Amino acid sequence: MNKLVLKTEGDTQIVITRRFAASPELVFRAHTEPELVQKWMLGPEGWSMPVCINEARPGGKIRYEWSNPKRGSFYLTGEFLVLEPYRRIVHVERMHLPGPTPDNRVETIFEPDGDGTLMTMRMNLPDAATRAQMLATGMEGGMEASYVRLENLIQVACC
Amino acid sequence: MPNLDAAFSALADPTRRAILARLANGEATVLELAEPFDITQPAISRHLKVLEQAGLIVRRVEGTKRPCRLSKDGVDAIDQWLAMLRKALARNYERLDQVLADIKSADTKSSNRKEKQ
Repeated sequence: MNKLVLKTEGDTQIVITRRFAASPELVFRAHTEPELVQKWMLGPEGWSMPVCINEARPGGKIRYEWSNPKRGSFYLTGEFLVLEPYRRIVHVERMHLPGPTPDNRVETIFEPDGDGTLMTMRMNLPDAATRAQMLATGMEGGMEASYVRLENLIQVACC
Repeated sequence: MPNLDAAFSALADPTRRAILARLANGEATVLELAEPFDITQPAISRHLKVLEQAGLIVRRVEGTKRPCRLSKDGVDAIDQWLAMLRKALARNYERLDQVLADIKSADTKSSNRKEKQ
């Protein structure tokens, strides 16, 4: 089963696990090569990622910009801290709406699992209130945003 | 209809989560709710007020008591929201499954070509 599991841990963490039918090398590449990231990290239908900067090296920058013809656009910035090829990524990220959200420190681990990969993504928020805010607004580190809520925010801001 | 921001903020506190867990077993008075905690009754009442304003509990009047119970609407709203979040996430990863399958099939084709050469 490749079912997504999303759970909270302690007061400040969100943990997501998911299995993929591909090697850790491929799944790692899909998280670090911009032309691959642009194909899937899109949230609900209707959004695209016209800008995808992903400097996959320690200290390298991340910048993802999402756009929806009806809803407007927003972006995420971040920095890579650790890259252990095909096994582990640690990075920091924040959304800009347009003000920046508190930093989210994300550790992503890719483990071989039979002929596939088990991915575990652990998000560390600075405090319980920030995590509550993130869950309430659905902005799970940009990639998994349930942008529906965000769309509402943007609409309110625009109209 | 509960306010999701207020509901998640209310849930960020461990005492309030424990109160909700207790209420999942059924209605309780402030006195009963305060019992397992090492905090004063007024402090519990303040937590209850936060939970009530967030739409997570409802209270009724029974003489001088105001027993509390979980608000079905509030709990359902949180469940629905988290389900939606999971769905958006799941959609991303379904796309990633397809990207991975495409790379694998492209790799297979190119290695087949190499073998033929």
